[in-house]
Amino acid sequence: MDKTYNNKAWLLVIPVFLLVALSAIIPIMTVVNYSVQDTFGGNKFFWVGTEWFTDVLRSERFHDALGRNLLFSFIILCIEIPLGILIALSMPKKGIWVPVCLVLMALPLLIPWNVVGTIWQIFGRADIGLLGHTMATLGIDYNYSSNVIDAWVTIIVMDVWHWTSLVVLLCYAGLVSIPEAYYQAARIDGASKWSVFRYIQLPKMQGVLIIAFLLRFMDSFMIYTEPFVLTGGGPGNSTTFMSIDLVKQAIGQFDLGPAAAMSLVYQLIVLLVCYVFFTVMSNVGTDKPEVEE
Amino acid sequence: MAQITLDKLAHSYLPNPKTDHDFALKELDYAWDDGGAYALLGPSGCGKTTLLNIISGLLVPSKGQILFDGKDVTNLQPEQRNIAQVFQFPVIYDTMTVRQNLEFPLKNRNVPNDEISKRVAEMIDILDLSDKADRKARGLTADEKQKISLGRGLVRYDVNAILFDEPLTVIDPHMKWQLRTKLKDLHRQLGHTMIYVTHDQTEALTFADKVVVMYEGDVVQIGTPEELFDEPKHTFVGYFIGSPGMNILPVEVSGNQAKLGSHTVTLKGAYPDLTGKIELGIRPEFLSLTNSESGIPAQINGVEDIGRFKIVRASIEGVELNVVLNEGESIPAEPKLIFESSRINIYQDDHLVRSLENGKGI
Repeated sequence: MDKTYNNKAWLLVIPVFLLVALSAIIPIMTVVNYSVQDTFGGNKFFWVGTEWFTDVLRSERFHDALGRNLLFSFIILCIEIPLGILIALSMPKKGIWVPVCLVLMALPLLIPWNVVGTIWQIFGRADIGLLGHTMATLGIDYNYSSNVIDAWVTIIVMDVWHWTSLVVLLCYAGLVSIPEAYYQAARIDGASKWSVFRYIQLPKMQGVLIIAFLLRFMDSFMIYTEPFVLTGGGPGNSTTFMSIDLVKQAIGQFDLGPAAAMSLVYQLIVLLVCYVFFTVMSNVGTDKPEVEE
Repeated sequence: MAQITLDKLAHSYLPNPKTDHDFALKELDYAWDDGGAYALLGPSGCGKTTLLNIISGLLVPSKGQILFDGKDVTNLQPEQRNIAQVFQFPVIYDTMTVRQNLEFPLKNRNVPNDEISKRVAEMIDILDLSDKADRKARGLTADEKQKISLGRGLVRYDVNAILFDEPLTVIDPHMKWQLRTKLKDLHRQLGHTMIYVTHDQTEALTFADKVVVMYEGDVVQIGTPEELFDEPKHTFVGYFIGSPGMNILPVEVSGNQAKLGSHTVTLKGAYPDLTGKIELGIRPEFLSLTNSESGIPAQINGVEDIGRFKIVRASIEGVELNVVLNEGESIPAEPKLIFESSRINIYQDDHLVRSLENGKGI
């Protein structure tokens, strides 16, 4: 049979193509363009090849920021995922408290990032902040703007406060979708509470947990606004994450070449880690690639 | 294994049931024999799943008691009752292999390891799952999964009963028949008491020794498949069982004659004087069409040919009924309906009345 070619269909694709081009392809290609060139001003550029990339990958400043990012993401994932599961498990499954819990959980998610930063910045101040003042009264030496540990603890607690809800809501959605028959069958099989969690709830939450994991990893790895507002990257460089460093280089020092190379490396790391996570976690529990029901 | 006795059992989902209508399951007394195969048959919402969940212990009845071998278990949890249940949708533990799934209930009950592996190996064999024993259960087909959920009950040798809640709902038609045969085999082989809930009469009639027909929370008849076919005790049983169901026609009865409009049908015996809503029930299989002088003139409204037989939609003075014609039989030009007298049942307010010769009415 002869295939009919209808080139009019292209007209329908053009708007999407233009949109993607303007919002993603052109900006990224601009960055790529910057990353292989240098300028001495006057809008005159010349080719430097992979020099900026070599520089970035060898730079201690980049290694430190990357290390801080990885440590931060690791810590908040270790806290938020188990805590989120625990809270989701203890939430009521039906009754009038369900909407109350859901709204309470959703509240932190509705607050803009810079407001979250500001809230905690004030909250932690010893002179006017509730937390800071209480700590001072109790005789605990707490100062997030001069002590590295305090700064880290504050940023981590802030992130846990802000984002655990997301994990809770995702897990809760996974939990309520488990048919009642599974719990009934488990009772009949004489399963313990732990077995019910281990063999029914956890496997059934696998899908939403992958999403929670990826979202929280990407978000925390790209964190910018909250630490910028709270500590501005300090004390010293102790909370200068890659995003903060990138902005310093690109907009502060106007080193477009190195900044462009760094942002490309940054993006590749996020993509790579997400790909590995997704592949590994999707295959947990399946012994071979087989068609799902 | 145990005899299961229901003693004045009733259940309502409302906190303060008052009228009969508030009860999802109306008062019921019955004893299920040890080792019997029973089916609970009825349309959706008739209370059959409620009854099943009360037996398994997932629901505590509002009234009455349930006894296993004379021992009151009304307030015992499902895990304490030692029963097994197979649900509508296959319940398996996704992350475990087939073997681990079957081991799970035994491990939870602290059965010694060598005993577990012996029983599980035997069960895998019985269920024909040997080639898949060490595969993850999540990738299996629906019927294999349903076999696993059944197997988790059967590995516990001492279960009091195995309860099935419409277990073939999600199974492909050609596998339904196989799985049903397997169930019958297992029942013969292992002799567990089995209670099978379904709304499909074929499933109920082929599986069970005794069928319990439920309607709006009431048990309307308990009997063998033959009894349900020949002598339905309630008009509901008459038209629920059989395909097509029994013809139920409004009549007036005097002695051994029933008046159907302006026509008369002879009955198998004389009936006492009846008041209330009187109906005549006859299965389409026991009606025939002839060309002869005798019989009641009928109008033919349509014919459905379904292979081995034809269903004729007919009417007598506006009252509609179905007639089954065997293959090869044709419809006469001036059709007359013949009623097979011995197969006619008479109903008073939907309940069967026996003729005087067969003993007093019920």
